[in-house]
Amino acid sequence: MEKIRERAATLLAEGVVTLVLGYEEGTKRPRPLFCRNSESARKLIFDSRCIHNLAVYLTKKELVGKDRFAVIAPIATLRSIMQLYVENQLSEDKLLVLTVDPSGELRELVTFEDIAGYVEQFELKRGEREQEILSKIDEMSREERWKFWMEEMSHCFKCYACRSACPLCYCSKCVVEVNRPQWINPWPAPLANMEWHINRAMHMVGRCTACGACGDACPVGIPIDLITRKMMEDMAPEFGYIPGQPAKKGNALSTWKLDDREQFIR
Amino acid sequence: METKYISQSGIEQWFNAIITSGKRVYAPVNSRGQIDFKLVKNLNEVSSEYIQTTQSIKASVYPKAEVLFSYEKVNGKVNLTDFDPESVPETVMWKVHPCDAAGFKPLSAIFNWDGADKLHNAHLAKTSLVSFSCASADESCFCTSVNGSPGNTAGSDIQLTMLPDGGAIAEILTSRGGELAALLPSVFEADKGVKKEKYLVDLPARFSLEEVNTKLSKAFNSTVWKEQSERCIGCGACAFVCPTCACFDIQEDVHGSKGRRIRCWDACGFAMFTLHTSGHNPREHQSQRWRQRILHKFSYMPERLGVVGCTGCGRCSRACPVDMNILEHITSIAQQ
Amino acid sequence: MSEKNTYLPYLMTIEKITKEAPGVKTFRLKFQDEAEAATFEFQAGQFGEYSAFGEGESTFCIASSPTRNGYIECTFRDTGRVTSGLSSLEEGSTMGFRGPYGNVFPMDEWKGKNLLFIAGGIALPPMRCLIWNALDLRENFRDITIVYGARTVKDLVYKSELKEWEERPDVRMVTTVDPGGETPDWKGEVGFVPTVVEKVAPSAENTIAIVCGPPVMIKFTFPVLEKLGFRDDQIYTTLENRMKCGVGKCGRCNVGKLYVCKDGPVFSKEELNLIPAEEY
Ligand SMILES: Cc1cc2nc3c(=O)[nH]c(=O)nc-3n(C[C@H](O)[C@H](O)[C@H](O)COP(=O)(O)OP(=O)(O)OC[C@H]3O[C@@H](n4cnc5c(N)ncnc54)[C@H](O)[C@@H]3O)c2cc1C
Ligand code: SF4
Ligand code: SF4
Ligand code: SF4
Ligand code: SF4
Ligand code: FES
Repeated sequence: MEKIRERAATLLAEGVVTLVLGYEEGTKRPRPLFCRNSESARKLIFDSRCIHNLAVYLTKKELVGKDRFAVIAPIATLRSIMQLYVENQLSEDKLLVLTVDPSGELRELVTFEDIAGYVEQFELKRGEREQEILSKIDEMSREERWKFWMEEMSHCFKCYACRSACPLCYCSKCVVEVNRPQWINPWPAPLANMEWHINRAMHMVGRCTACGACGDACPVGIPIDLITRKMMEDMAPEFGYIPGQPAKKGNALSTWKLDDREQFIR
Repeated sequence: METKYISQSGIEQWFNAIITSGKRVYAPVNSRGQIDFKLVKNLNEVSSEYIQTTQSIKASVYPKAEVLFSYEKVNGKVNLTDFDPESVPETVMWKVHPCDAAGFKPLSAIFNWDGADKLHNAHLAKTSLVSFSCASADESCFCTSVNGSPGNTAGSDIQLTMLPDGGAIAEILTSRGGELAALLPSVFEADKGVKKEKYLVDLPARFSLEEVNTKLSKAFNSTVWKEQSERCIGCGACAFVCPTCACFDIQEDVHGSKGRRIRCWDACGFAMFTLHTSGHNPREHQSQRWRQRILHKFSYMPERLGVVGCTGCGRCSRACPVDMNILEHITSIAQQ
Repeated sequence: MSEKNTYLPYLMTIEKITKEAPGVKTFRLKFQDEAEAATFEFQAGQFGEYSAFGEGESTFCIASSPTRNGYIECTFRDTGRVTSGLSSLEEGSTMGFRGPYGNVFPMDEWKGKNLLFIAGGIALPPMRCLIWNALDLRENFRDITIVYGARTVKDLVYKSELKEWEERPDVRMVTTVDPGGETPDWKGEVGFVPTVVEKVAPSAENTIAIVCGPPVMIKFTFPVLEKLGFRDDQIYTTLENRMKCGVGKCGRCNVGKLYVCKDGPVFSKEELNLIPAEEY
């Protein structure tokens, strides 16, 4: 922890970066911290409780600015960074990654190749919580599963915290806000909620890196991350491709062009 | 206003009498790991071990999605069907916290500002609040800093203060409360003269509203908004769990020649909330939207509506995915 | 106890549709219920929420003058879901209206003064209501000057009325189009509105200036007026923030502590100075 503080302070003091994105102690658990000078770097902490996926901020231009910045990234964040890179959302020369490896060593990853090589050492596994709920769902019949999700989603009030917390939901105009045609009824109601969640899942499959940020953000406790996670698990063997763990560059179900005709996705 | 004593079994009998009367009763229930208000039939469904429900009771008088009116198009003409106040069922909100009951005042101040809101008022007229004073609080609670208290009776029709014997002090506060008590008058015994203050959690005030107000009156261009809001991800969680947030959207539910106009919850934190059709957005950045949230509650509402837009329930702080803690932020503004 | 539902619109019949410019139409609307028509009143500056049943509501000002009874008019540009829904309606069909909402131009205070109207593009509608109102009460005012500009000749709205105003001896009418927007037979001015105002140089003495138009036009016109000697309390404009309810409840139209739907849409420049320009 001390090493991260020192390194962050040095990077800022020497002007290598103008911002270090990390964690500070919060009121209930660690929370994101934007360090813009070496003094505030003293507030930085890093331990296993630091689970916010800070990659969500990397596409917000008004926050990260034009200069080079550093981000403190546990493994889940690194996977998001790789996927953002695959989608042409990040540039190598602006980003410096700090992480702590399992032996407690501070690591600096400078290129996407570095990150990819590092991420490759870690297998993407289900945690206890995911295992518990997903195995229950796996045992359900189709009808039971529909019932389970309809019940869960009846609690959704469309606060879109799941969308806001997801590093890969960076479109400037989301499908729920398009009103010509109105793809999704925008008010909260069981069926309209299902419309929203099916659309979200369809837009995430092949892109979701199973970081869990969406489920963690949901204030009414819907395990919303498990939908996109399960789709990823089902998709991966078929396409030989795990989002965020790119052995090959490219996307399973979509392509990205710099000269895309649509404005919202650039 | 009348103070009575009600025994433990008296509470249960009275609760059952309310159910039998046909009124809908909503109370905090623990389900899916969340404590929230749900329709109940039995007192034993009601949760006891918790500080705060995730959501407030505002949906009882301001539904998440409500039909303003419906219409049908027939041969180029349109027939309208107005909202019917009689369609709103009698509802009792059971075991409401004082900070939730206090939320009806700011909520109604918004809806009835210079023109009555028929729908909101129809719900208000059919909703009774049985509040329980608070014997415990957590670090997010701050009612005492915003004109409230753990035993505040504002907005409640009846308030119960639980006693060690399982019974309660029952303050019958309004005529509607009187009608509720009259469903089973026999269980409301003579007041035993115990002071309710003894059974309330001690929650010292953390800031002074006047001080916050003075600071905010000069804070529009302050850098504090950007500093505080950097980590805010612009969702609607804080607004949706809040008992006083009232921002809404109006939408169209169309089925062929029939349709319904719907009012649904919206949030000033959403990026598109103020987006003009031209593409211009007066609140383009999250810091501007965070400023709106705070100034609306602590400056504009007090000045324009004569009521603070926050009851100190702490829900927004608990619900925020990135720990934007309103108490921490307001306290730091007060100390600037 | 029959409290009125604020959100329930009046049913209106579209009596007449005028195509003003590409994508811009004027609707003349008549109340289907005569009792509603008889009690309906409004003043210049106010707006309403217009429904296309099946699409939703949109905010437009009332573009006809309160001195013309029996109907209201609105002029709008087809820009989104609701406006395109409205645009596809035909004469004789039914739409919804609720209002009037918002504050008014203080015309009583302006008695005996010169009026200078400056409008750009499709911002003429709120002004048109006021212009006709003033012309119908012509004896209350002294000189009336109108400066109106659009990008191109095609984009000028209310063309027949522009002509009528031009021909009136008691109105000084100046029409302009942006450089490059003129046609070979264009007889008006060529130049941006602020430049043309500077050239026309109306006297600030005992004059009220009303400015409506796109934000850039307003931004560059204010300094010109200042140079001509106008004080902030002599300059009026209207704001257009995103609206839903129109009645101060939905929470999205505020600029600082003021709500455009209740405290506006009409503001004097003096009032604008007290609220953050950033929010409109
Ligand atoms: C006081 C006032 C007076 C005006 N007067 C006129 C006038 O006289 N003439 C004129 O042409 N214009 C006028 N306007 C502007 C006019 O209201 C808008 O241009 C018009 O409403 C936009 O068209 P639409 O509703 O079809 O847009 P759409 O973009 O299709 O909007 C449809 C509905 O959905 C909502 N909506 C759309 N996108 C989003 C989103 N991303 N997030 C949330 N909600 C969304 C909108 O609020 C709207 O109610 C005025 C505006 C104001 C405030
Ligand atoms: S788990 Fe959720 S937040 Fe993470 S990438 Fe997948 S959809 Fe996005
Ligand atoms: S965070 Fe939860 S409640 Fe909010 S939109 Fe997502 S699923 Fe719904
Ligand atoms: S602003 Fe936060 S603390 Fe205040 S009433 Fe709303 S949810 Fe409760
Ligand atoms: S303060 Fe928290 S809950 Fe509110 S919009 Fe920001 S991130 Fe969402
Ligand atoms: S338009 Fe709803 S508050 Fe002004």
